[in-house]
Amino acid sequence: MKVLVTVAEVGTVEDDFEIDGTAIDERYLEYDLNEWDDYAVEEAVQLVEEGLADEVVTVTIGPERSEETIRMALAKGADRSVRVWDDSFDGLLDVGVKTELLRAVVAEEEPDLILTGVQTGDAMFGATGVSLASAVDLPWAAVVNDLEFDGETAHVHRELEGGVEELTDVETPAVLTIQTGINEPRYASLRGIRQAQSKEIAVKTLTDLGIDGVESRLEMTEMYEPDVEGDATVFEGSAEETAVQLAGALREKGVGAQ
Amino acid sequence: MTGVLAIAEHRRGELRDVSYELIGAGRELADDLDEELHVAVISGQVGEFAQSLSKEGVDVVHTVSDGAEFNHDVYTQVTERLADELDPTVVLVPNSVNGLDYGPAVADRLDRPLVTDVVDASFEDGLTATREMYGSKVETTVEVDAERTVVMVRGGEWPGASGNGDPEIREVDVEIDESAVRTTVTGFEEVGGGDVDIGDAEVLVSVGRGIGEAENIELIEELADALDATLSASRPIVDSGWLPKNRQVGQSGKTVTPEVYIAIGISGAVQHVAGMKGSETIVAINTDPNAPIFDIADYGIVDDLFDVVPALIDEFEG
Ligand SMILES: Cc1cc2nc3c(=O)[nH]c(=O)nc-3n(C[C@H](O)[C@H](O)[C@H](O)COP(=O)(O)OP(=O)(O)OC[C@H]3O[C@@H](n4cnc5c(N)ncnc54)[C@H](O)[C@@H]3O)c2cc1C
Repeated sequence: MKVLVTVAEVGTVEDDFEIDGTAIDERYLEYDLNEWDDYAVEEAVQLVEEGLADEVVTVTIGPERSEETIRMALAKGADRSVRVWDDSFDGLLDVGVKTELLRAVVAEEEPDLILTGVQTGDAMFGATGVSLASAVDLPWAAVVNDLEFDGETAHVHRELEGGVEELTDVETPAVLTIQTGINEPRYASLRGIRQAQSKEIAVKTLTDLGIDGVESRLEMTEMYEPDVEGDATVFEGSAEETAVQLAGALREKGVGAQ
Repeated sequence: MTGVLAIAEHRRGELRDVSYELIGAGRELADDLDEELHVAVISGQVGEFAQSLSKEGVDVVHTVSDGAEFNHDVYTQVTERLADELDPTVVLVPNSVNGLDYGPAVADRLDRPLVTDVVDASFEDGLTATREMYGSKVETTVEVDAERTVVMVRGGEWPGASGNGDPEIREVDVEIDESAVRTTVTGFEEVGGGDVDIGDAEVLVSVGRGIGEAENIELIEELADALDATLSASRPIVDSGWLPKNRQVGQSGKTVTPEVYIAIGISGAVQHVAGMKGSETIVAINTDPNAPIFDIADYGIVDDLFDVVPALIDEFEG
């Protein structure tokens, strides 16, 4: 069984930052493996360790820079990677575009199971997995926080709101979007990191995938820091001084009074 | 003409709040378009649901009675069929867990662009939506270059429709292609029981990812002791196994309404805030002055929790 995992590189923002046009100024961004995808990679690697899967392939839509992140996934146990990029891509890639690119990779790889993260931490769209499942006509389940696979059917828990989980059976091949907390993602071992260096990252262009060109139907026209609506009393001073002020305010609310 | 088709959400026999908020959002967009607002309710007690959804501003309620509970294959097929028939400019779906389980598939099948987690929207020449990114650190304006879209709206952003209306109610028969129903819901499970019910606490000291390491949780426990408070947490703490699931506050955890909620090293992501915004007094301790938690806090300290918390413990114990 082959598992395909979508792995995104996401930007994380420093506390103080500046916006440059419709993006965060590069100086204030760091790049990391998307939190949700980390859990998806772990779930796939565990399926191999349990003898249920033979191969884990990751797929990333991202520029050359993202290979550092892809190597993280390889160091955690993925076998090889596909990276899709075209210099014409910029800014917000809409879900339709991502779906089209990933569909071409799925057609080449023919995986038995596809795992994606529920969402990315930067764009927070939360739609790629289900959109892809529909496009490649596979069953799916979104926001999965428990997976038991018997070789044919995936028995999953879908985490709904308010502490309720839905138990669902999904025929495989299928696409599952993975929620944080489903497992405990491992740290890459030194050995893993060394091995990752020699694992394959196949770079695919639009031409390689047989796609003429893609057009995003969404355009981000503005990015700004939201107005702070709050009217919090923010205490000023050293930690000791602010602690005294806060303690006063808390005591007024009856906190700590036995 | 149908301007907007909004798909209601219900679970275990009850319409969820977001259904009424969809009517609010849908009416606004339908007004922009000068067209009708249609609402559809699928599965379960659709007749009763249709009565509840008959709010002011709704022109038609479509009821489709297939199945008892949400099944995304059924929802996808029905929504696709209704959209084909009514040709709405906007299909509105809640940005809920279930919405995320079929909305993107509907957009794919209808070949429409999709905008998720929308907090504001208007329609002029096309759809313009406001979304957040990077854990709510920035807001963005997104313009859609297409005549028809699927829009998923975040809960709690639009007022829920209230006044009663008199819409036409249409029972719709949609023949479901059973061979395309490849998922089966087998049940529900409540999670997060156990030793304490954080929902009962009057004072909650809540810890987030800012705590850094499992062993540092002790410091927050000490504070909770000193304040005679109950310890709760944001999701990453529970995901990491540092505290049990019954301590999680938020959308997928517990909704709490204590008199005082102290958020320590918690950014205030929307899914966390969903569970604690009803607290009477909210206190935030965070190094990042722009953390969204400060938007809803009553008192704040912008500083390192490892400096502030020990000082606060001293204050109460000293
Ligand atoms: C479907 C879904 C459901 C979810 N359900 C929930 C839910 O029920 N509950 C929930 O909480 N989340 C939920 N989440 C996750 C949510 O989106 C956030 O990821 C999460 O709330 C972030 O937790 P946090 O604030 O602790 O961490 P972060 O967002 O990482 O914030 C950590 C904060 O700590 C601050 N900090 C760091 N170091 C220090 C220091 N030394 N002193 C002071 N401050 C410091 C940082 O400035 C930052 O603001 C859900 C997500 C999804 C997609």
